[in-house]
Amino acid sequence: MGSSDLAVVAEGLRKRYGDKVALDGFDLSVPRGTVCGLLGPNGAGKTTAVRILATLQCFDGGRAEVAGYDVATEAAQVRYRIGLVGQNAAVDEVLGGHQNLVMFGKLYRLGAKAARQRADELLDRFGLAEVGGKPVKSYSGGMRRRLDLAAGMILAPSVLFLDEPTVGLDPRGRNEVWEAVRALVRQGTTVLLTTQYLDEADQLADRVSVIDTGRVIAEGTPDQLKTKTGGDRIDLAVHDREWLALAARTVEQLTGGTPELDEEDRKLSVRVANSDTSLIEVIRALDAAGVTAEDIALRRPTLDEVFLHLTGRRPVGEEAKAEKKDKGRKNGKKDAPVAESAGAQEVNA
Amino acid sequence: MTATLDRPAPAATGGGLGNVLTDSVTLTGRSLAHWVRNPATLIASLAFNIVMVLMFAFLFGGAMAVPDGGSYREFLMPGMFAMTMIFGISMTTIAISTDVERGVTDRFRSMPMAPAAILIGRAVADMLFAVVTLVVMMLVGLAIGWRANGSVGATLGAMGLILLLRFALIWVGIFLGLVMRGQEAVAGVQTLEFPLGFLSNAFVAPSTMPGWLGAIAEWNPLSSTVTATRVLFGNPGWGGDSWVVANASLMAVVWPLVILAVFLPLAVRRYASLSD
Repeated sequence: MGSSDLAVVAEGLRKRYGDKVALDGFDLSVPRGTVCGLLGPNGAGKTTAVRILATLQCFDGGRAEVAGYDVATEAAQVRYRIGLVGQNAAVDEVLGGHQNLVMFGKLYRLGAKAARQRADELLDRFGLAEVGGKPVKSYSGGMRRRLDLAAGMILAPSVLFLDEPTVGLDPRGRNEVWEAVRALVRQGTTVLLTTQYLDEADQLADRVSVIDTGRVIAEGTPDQLKTKTGGDRIDLAVHDREWLALAARTVEQLTGGTPELDEEDRKLSVRVANSDTSLIEVIRALDAAGVTAEDIALRRPTLDEVFLHLTGRRPVGEEAKAEKKDKGRKNGKKDAPVAESAGAQEVNA
Repeated sequence: MTATLDRPAPAATGGGLGNVLTDSVTLTGRSLAHWVRNPATLIASLAFNIVMVLMFAFLFGGAMAVPDGGSYREFLMPGMFAMTMIFGISMTTIAISTDVERGVTDRFRSMPMAPAAILIGRAVADMLFAVVTLVVMMLVGLAIGWRANGSVGATLGAMGLILLLRFALIWVGIFLGLVMRGQEAVAGVQTLEFPLGFLSNAFVAPSTMPGWLGAIAEWNPLSSTVTATRVLFGNPGWGGDSWVVANASLMAVVWPLVILAVFLPLAVRRYASLSD
């Protein structure tokens, strides 16, 4: 792929704050017109990467190009071609939505008339026309984010950076933002999205780069990541709790994987290393052992599991959930992903 | 949802002087729009200053003796004028730190605008408010019996000195706004304002303070401005034998320039270090 087809290129970016290494050889390439998800836990270096690419932060080593311009030496050119939507809704709370967009439009040097016209268009497009005159203070979280997106779209940038755009939003606000992002992508905007919500990457991204401790440790489409790092899983629920141990033994013999047990819900889940193992075989074997499966399904792993597999850790926010689950799972054996995650596992597309 | 939006064309590019000016005007306009949207903040700030005047004029004024039997209100007002300029510091600090915290400053920095305009726009808006504050305070002074007894030129000169002090203090406010975050910023700066304002000759003669404290009060930049403007307004003041009192008119210019020379580069460097 020629570099002209790439909207974002980062090669070996390094950045440290004092003793703390934020980026340690960060590589990324995002083809034009696609959505790249940068997935990683808090402190992995996502925000630092975005700030460097958006010309907000200087860096210690490596190079980066955005929209064909070098972020270090051609920052002004880059700034005409990017939009940035950060973790806060970076808009003026006191002013109205329309006033905000006119102000940003003027600062983009559209001229007063063109800035007002652009503000009208964008408010309309992001469904904020009716509240355009009201102070931003009175907006809901989702409305603020949409105004923030609109402000990032004033010059119809070729690259839009979204740094955790839905953090702190309720599901409705999140859907509003997702819809707005999808609409932008349909018009050909390249989007670099950072998130620690795995379903967000799953929903929006064409390709995902998993970042941990300042480096990209895996890259691919969400499907590729799931296939290459996790493999399929079989989820099974039995009717009677006493059958669970027997079912586990049967499944273990057949698949060679160690099942995760959830006694409370009478469920087990096992990774299928060999995808030739069919559901039918499992059901037959269970039947032969005298276990009736109440529910059984073959499913792709979630990005959540992919992340756990790659880093040996659950992403932030998922930890609490996982601990709760561990308590309910009395004799459950956990997967041992830590040992498997040694070394970077590149998933080459 | 409307049809596809074309990419609008910016009229001018780069960070030339004309663009610094245009962007500064835009950002000053933003602050003016704040006044219209949210007049309560302004009114509260003005009301605070007016209450201070009334408190000193009517509550403490009776107990204050002015040398040579002059009027305490005549004596008080130049001190109050300069004092309000000190109380403006936290306004600047809050505005700057709020923008940094909310990511608004980062948005500006990711845009192809003139970076200098971010600080200049703030400074111009705060100067405009300082002029409004000073005029309101002078009207309040006139209402309670204060008079500018000097020539028109001397009166304008005094106003100039007061605003020069404010201009220097704006850069202190900007620097503090870039250094401090959140509630800490507000509380920290407001705590600083009171000793800075009261440890001066604005309300009480430094000669009545313990020697070392009186010296600090006399060397307070605020005191030089107050002494110089008392002379220009033709209002009574405390005498003093020290060099700094004798050269108050000179120091009323030198002090703000020194503050500027220290805090303007500090503020600019701190702003540039946002990208470190």
